[in-house]
Amino acid sequence: MADKYQIKDLDLFYGDFQALTDVNLNIEEKQITAFIGPSGCGKSTLLKTLNRMNDLVDGCRITGQVLLDGVDIYDNYDVNLLRKNVGMVFQKPNPFPMSIYDNIAYGPRTHGIRKKALLDDIVEESLRKAAIWDEVKDRLKRNALSVSGGQQQRICIARALAVEPEVLLMDEPTSALDPISTNKIEDLVLDLKKYYTIVIVTHNMQQATRISDATAFFLLGKIIEFDATSNLFSMPKDKRTEDYITGRFG
Amino acid sequence: MARTHFVNELNQLNIELIDMGTLIEIAIDKAIHALNERDAELAQEAIEFDDKIDKQERKIEQHCIKLLMNQQPVAKDLRMISCVLKIITDMERIGDHASDISELTKRISNDNNSFEFPYFEKMAKICVKMVTDAVDAFVTSDLELCRNVIAMDDQVDALFNEAKESIIASLQSNNNQSDVYVDALMIVKYFERIGDHAVNIAEWVIFSITGMHKDIRIV
Repeated sequence: MADKYQIKDLDLFYGDFQALTDVNLNIEEKQITAFIGPSGCGKSTLLKTLNRMNDLVDGCRITGQVLLDGVDIYDNYDVNLLRKNVGMVFQKPNPFPMSIYDNIAYGPRTHGIRKKALLDDIVEESLRKAAIWDEVKDRLKRNALSVSGGQQQRICIARALAVEPEVLLMDEPTSALDPISTNKIEDLVLDLKKYYTIVIVTHNMQQATRISDATAFFLLGKIIEFDATSNLFSMPKDKRTEDYITGRFG
Repeated sequence: MARTHFVNELNQLNIELIDMGTLIEIAIDKAIHALNERDAELAQEAIEFDDKIDKQERKIEQHCIKLLMNQQPVAKDLRMISCVLKIITDMERIGDHASDISELTKRISNDNNSFEFPYFEKMAKICVKMVTDAVDAFVTSDLELCRNVIAMDDQVDALFNEAKESIIASLQSNNNQSDVYVDALMIVKYFERIGDHAVNIAEWVIFSITGMHKDIRIV
C-alpha cells in the first residue's frame, strides 16, 4: 500500500510554545490511522496540520515537510484544493443551520456545481456512503439541527464526502455520541476505508483497537511509538506506551 | 499510579493463581505419598482434594472474565489475564491426573501384592519440580525458568518410554500380575501427562512475557 502522507522532521510552534517536535510519520493510503495520547500531547495539532487548519491559528509556525501524494502541502499548495481533498469531521457535530439537503450540497455548490439533478445525485450518494440515507431521505428539507446527535454527525460525514475527498480527518468523532451512534460511526468508518484514507484522533482506546490499522502514540508533542494497531495494543515496544494504554498514567 | 483498583485486582489474581499452584503441588504430593506407601486411605484423601482445585479454577475463571468485561485490558494486562485463563486449565488437568493416580493406587494397594516399580518415584520427582518451577516462572516472570521446564519434559518422556519397556518385559515374563502392570502403565502415563501440562503452563508464561506462543505471534 502506498503512503498517502509522508511527514518529515515536522516541528510546530504556537508562538514560543513547541507543540510538535521532530514528527516523522507515514500514513498509508486507504487505511485507518489512529492518533492516541493524553490531552495536550499534540495529536489534534498534527491532525490539523494535515489539511492546514493550523493556518487559522495566530502565531502558528511550522518547519519540516508534510507531503500529500509526494507534494509538500506547505509549499505553494492551493489550500482550497487541499481542503477539498482532505475533509474533516469534528468532535461535536456541527451541521450548518440549514436543511439536510443544503448541508450536503453546500460544498459542491461552492465548487461550482449548479445543476439540480447532479446535486440531487451527489446528496443521495453522499448520504448513502455515510449510512444515513434511509433515515433522512423523506425529510431532506428539514433543518439538519433537528435530528439526533448521531445523525447530525453522519450528516457532517456526508457533507465532507460530498466534495469527493481522498482523505478524511476525524477529531474524536464519537466522543459526544451515545454507544449506538458510536457503533454506527465505527461501522461507517470501516466501510469508508475502501474509498478513503482515514486519520482519527480518539481518546477511546477500544475504538482505536476496533477500527484502526495503525496507531501512533503521542506524548508531549512527540511520537513515542507508531506501529500496527494489533502490535501496539498487544506488545508495545516502549514502556511509556504500555503505561499509557494500560492506564498506569495519563 | 492511576488505575489503582485494577492494579489491586491483578495482584489479587496473581495471589489466587499462586494459591492454585500450591493446591496442585499438595495434590501431587498426596498422590505420590499414597502411591509410595500403597496407602488407600491417603489415596482417597488425594481424590477428594481435587474438588478444592476445581473450585479454585472456577474462582479464577470468574475473576478473569470479570476483569475482561470491566477493564478491557490491553498489552501486558491482556497477556497476563489470557495467560492465567489458559494455565488454570492445565493446572486443573494436573489435579485430575493426581486424582487418577490415586484411584489406581487404591487398586494396587487392595491387591495386597509386593509390586515394586522405581519409575514412579523418578518420574514424580521431575514432575513436581516442573510444576513448581512453571508456577514460580509465572510469579517471577522468569523466561529462563520456563525454558528449563520445557527442556525437563524430555527426561519425563525418556523415563516413560523406559517404564513402558520395563512393563512390557514384565508382562511377558510374569502373567500373574498383568492387571497391576497395566495399572502401573497408566500411572506412568499420568505422570507423563502432568509433565506435558507443566510444559503448556511454561509456554503460556512465555506468551505472557513476550507475546509469543511457541514462536507464533498470537495478536
